[in-house]
Formats: sequence, structure tokens, C-alpha cells
Amino acid sequence: MVELIAATGRAGLSHVAAFGRAAIFLLQALLARPAPLQMLPLLTRQIYVVGVQSLIIIVVSGLFIGMVLGLQGYTILVSYGSEQAVGQMVALSLVRELAPVVTALLFAGRAGSALTAEIGLMKATEQLASLEMIGVDPLRRIIAPRFWAGFLCLPLLSAVFALVGVYGGALVGVEWLGIYEGSFWANMQNSVDFVEDVLNGSIKAVVFGFVVTWIAVYQGYDCIPTSEGISQATTRTVVYASLAVLGLDFVLTALMFGDL
Amino acid sequence: MRLRMMEITVGAFLIAGALALLLLALNVSGLSLSEPKQSYTLYARFENIGGLTPRSKVTMSGVLVGKVVNITLDPEQLMALVEMEIDSDVDFLSIDSSASILTAGLLGEKYIGVSPGAEDEMLKHGDVFEDTQSALVLEELVGKFLFNQASE
Repeated sequence: MVELIAATGRAGLSHVAAFGRAAIFLLQALLARPAPLQMLPLLTRQIYVVGVQSLIIIVVSGLFIGMVLGLQGYTILVSYGSEQAVGQMVALSLVRELAPVVTALLFAGRAGSALTAEIGLMKATEQLASLEMIGVDPLRRIIAPRFWAGFLCLPLLSAVFALVGVYGGALVGVEWLGIYEGSFWANMQNSVDFVEDVLNGSIKAVVFGFVVTWIAVYQGYDCIPTSEGISQATTRTVVYASLAVLGLDFVLTALMFGDL
Repeated sequence: MRLRMMEITVGAFLIAGALALLLLALNVSGLSLSEPKQSYTLYARFENIGGLTPRSKVTMSGVLVGKVVNITLDPEQLMALVEMEIDSDVDFLSIDSSASILTAGLLGEKYIGVSPGAEDEMLKHGDVFEDTQSALVLEELVGKFLFNQASE
């Protein structure tokens, strides 16, 4: 019995400690900004790895999700004779919800896990320790560029996702199913507001970019430096990041659109 | 050379992302880069606004001339007070113009239709439409119809 209570306490304490370590780590990574000239090539490389290489999966998923939305929206709305509202439905659901959330989930799987595995392996092969040995701060050299790259890339990817999705919906709705093009776009532009929808969606993407990259980089940095530890850390990155994104999405939606 | 390629792709990616955001703003949300139109405020009192909401359209002969900004309840007359922003270039609404709440399509959104009057004097900033017509509420119509049937 006492053992059980002690185990609970131990688990609780270690979780709180992990949170604390993550917060301190974040603060250090944010403060440890390399000199701008030194930062730029490092950042470019990371944006390439994190952003450019994620572009294909984002574009393809955006296109198909937009097309499915167009198709589903059409089959439902056509029975009420209001298939013109498909444009509005596709654009609103993409811009407000799907683009930031799905991009963040894909990003966690595609780029987040890679970040964790890379940093974890660096730790396991003592590259981080060697860097410290020769007087280079690994936070500065390794962590900070990756963090900023993820933070910067996700909103851009989310915007690309939404745009490609809207055009995917237009392709299905207008070109294939024959919704009148004028009312498709006009309905969309009437109902989508720049500040309320596009900007709020972008804010979501910024928050998700911050959280997902933070989790990914921290899990890599904090992992147990064995092959098993790296695999666990990678799994944890995807699970925690996905859960955090979905949970935060509800909170953000409630704050932005829910009149709470 | 590889570094150069990488820099080019990263640059292209950043530009593509920014461009996507811009296109979302212009094409999807219909934001226009031209400066916001000057507008003036008019009010109208309705007995029932039906499903009218802020950001609903205000039209005249079907042409968009403004939007609803605010809907409150007038505590004195116990009617809905609708605040509208009308584009300043539409300055030819005479004081006996009427505002009615209409529905786009059978189940569509509610909007305000303005019909012109005949007076020479025009509505100015802060004026109130004297002649208004409330939204048609389906239940009331059915109720009236049943009442008429019963009295026959």
C-alpha cells in the first residue's frame, strides 16, 4: 500500500521535474541565439530539412483533403439545393481547423520525429558532449536553429496546405461537379473574414509550430542515450505532439470562435 | 554547389509560404488591398430581426451598399436597433427610404434591402430609417394563416 503511494508520488514528481526541465530548456534555447551571421547558414539548413522536405507531403495531403471536402460537401449540400455553399464550407473548415491541425500532425510525424531521432543520436554518440568539450554550446549550435526553423516553417506550411486545399475543393466542386464558379468563390469570399478566419488560423499554426518543435527538440535532448531510449523518445514526440496539438486546438477554437 | 541549391530551395519555400498566405487573404477571404471605403452610419428599428447578424449585407436593388455592424435592443421602444455602415459614395438615400429584412433564397441568410423614397432630403450620418419592415417569421405566417382559416 505504502509502496503504491510512493510509486504514484515518484511518477508525479518525475513528470513535474520533466516539465520543469523542458521549460528551462526552452528558455535556454530561446536565449542562446547565435550571432546572426552564424545563425543564418545553420537556420537555412534546418529550414531545408524541416520545411522544404515536408512540402510534398503537405501539398499532397492538402490537395486530397480539399478534394474530399469538396466531394462530401457537394453530396450533402446538393440535397438541399445549396451546393453553392460548398466553397464556403471548404474554405472555412480548411482555414479555421484542418490546415493548422493536420499540418501540425503531419509535421510532428514527418519533421518532429526526425528532429528527436537526430538529436537523440547525437546525444547517444556523445556528439553533444564533444561539442561542449571544444567550447561550443550545443544549445546554440544544434538546438536553437532547429527550434526556430520548426517555429517558422509550420505557419508557412499551414498556409500552403489551406491554399492547396481550397483549390483542390474548387477543382472537384467547380470543374468536375459543375457548381457555378462565380457563386463558389463569391460565397467563399463573403463568408471568410481575413482577421477572424485567416489570421486566427495562422495564430493556431504559430502556436502549434512552437509546441510541436519544442516537444520534438526537448525529447531528443532529454532522451536516454541508448538505441531503445531514442526509439522511445521518437514515439513520445509523435504521441505528445499530436495530443498537445489536438488538445490545444480545442482551447484555441473555444477562445477564438466560441465566445467563451 | 549543394549549399547554393539548398539556399535557393529554402528561399523559394519561404516565398511560397508567404505567397500562400497572401493568396489566402486575397482570394479566399476576399480582402482587398485598396484602402477601406469611407462609410457613414445609419440606424433602423425592427420589430423582429429574424436571423439577421452583424456582418450581414445591406443592399439596394440587389447591389451591396453596406453591412450590418451592430444589433442591440432599444430599451425605450423595445425594438431591435440595427446599426449599419453604408458606403459614403451611396449618399442618395432619401429620408423616406425604407429598410426591410429579406431572405436570400428559401432558407438562405438574412440581409437588409433598402428601397428608395421620393423626398429630396437625404439620410445623413446617424439618421434612422423611419419606414421599416421586419423579417418574415415562418411560424407567424402559419399562425395567421390558421387563424384566417378558422375564422372563415
